[in-house]
Amino acid sequence: MKIKDVCKILNARVLAGEEMMDFDIECAFGSDMLSDVLTFARGRMALLTGLNSHQVIRTAEISDIPLIIFVRGRTPDKGIIDLAHGKDICLLGTDLIMYEACGKLYNAGLPPVTRL
Amino acid sequence: MKLKSECKLLYEECFPVTAGNLEHAGEASVKIKRILKKLGIDSDFIKRVSIACYEAEMNMVIYSCGGSIKLEVYNDKVIVVAEDCGPGIADVELALRDGYSTASDYVLSQGFGAGRGFSNIKRCSDSFSIISEVGKGTKLTLCFNISGT
Repeated sequence: MKIKDVCKILNARVLAGEEMMDFDIECAFGSDMLSDVLTFARGRMALLTGLNSHQVIRTAEISDIPLIIFVRGRTPDKGIIDLAHGKDICLLGTDLIMYEACGKLYNAGLPPVTRL
Repeated sequence: MKLKSECKLLYEECFPVTAGNLEHAGEASVKIKRILKKLGIDSDFIKRVSIACYEAEMNMVIYSCGGSIKLEVYNDKVIVVAEDCGPGIADVELALRDGYSTASDYVLSQGFGAGRGFSNIKRCSDSFSIISEVGKGTKLTLCFNISGT
């Protein structure tokens, strides 16, 4: 699923990585615990999270996650967004809660990371 | 008989880690990842090393008085030594148990402290040793075999 399709499905705002809209995501994982993200991350994974910290970006960089979706209307501050620049990490923000955002992507055919 | 020249040191560097600074936590691990990438090492192998380093670095930032992470890259393996200057772990066996944590609410609110760190370190490394003494510090040595990737 292309990132631009994820944007449409979640009615999301692009916070960083506008140039990655045609990038293909192959699975997704939702969590607010970063050690769990580090345990499960594989492939071209989208991370859905309600966390709003520098560590989300660093966790994505460490585990090669190309897409972070901030749920529940959480918009990270400029310092966090700037940390993603130049790292091939796209940041999206949606007002949907975690449950609904995950459900919409699952319904649209994006599988969980455990099926990869 | 193995010749000494079979184990050749290609790169080494030591990175300081500051205690308590969650905003900058992980910077040493990101630098290590970039160095391994520049050396042309396989990306799945780099991910294993990076995740283990990052968990070790987070532990050091959250629980220790600070220390350093030393990277040694050989032709056939990578060794990471994470060493802090205290306070040390009283019960290492308990600290290694999956799910055990003494993290503060603040650390939990930042997404860490679920007690999965050591499990991730063990899963990602090929060998793992920990020596800790209360009042002195903790030394974690991780080995990753390049040939075994």
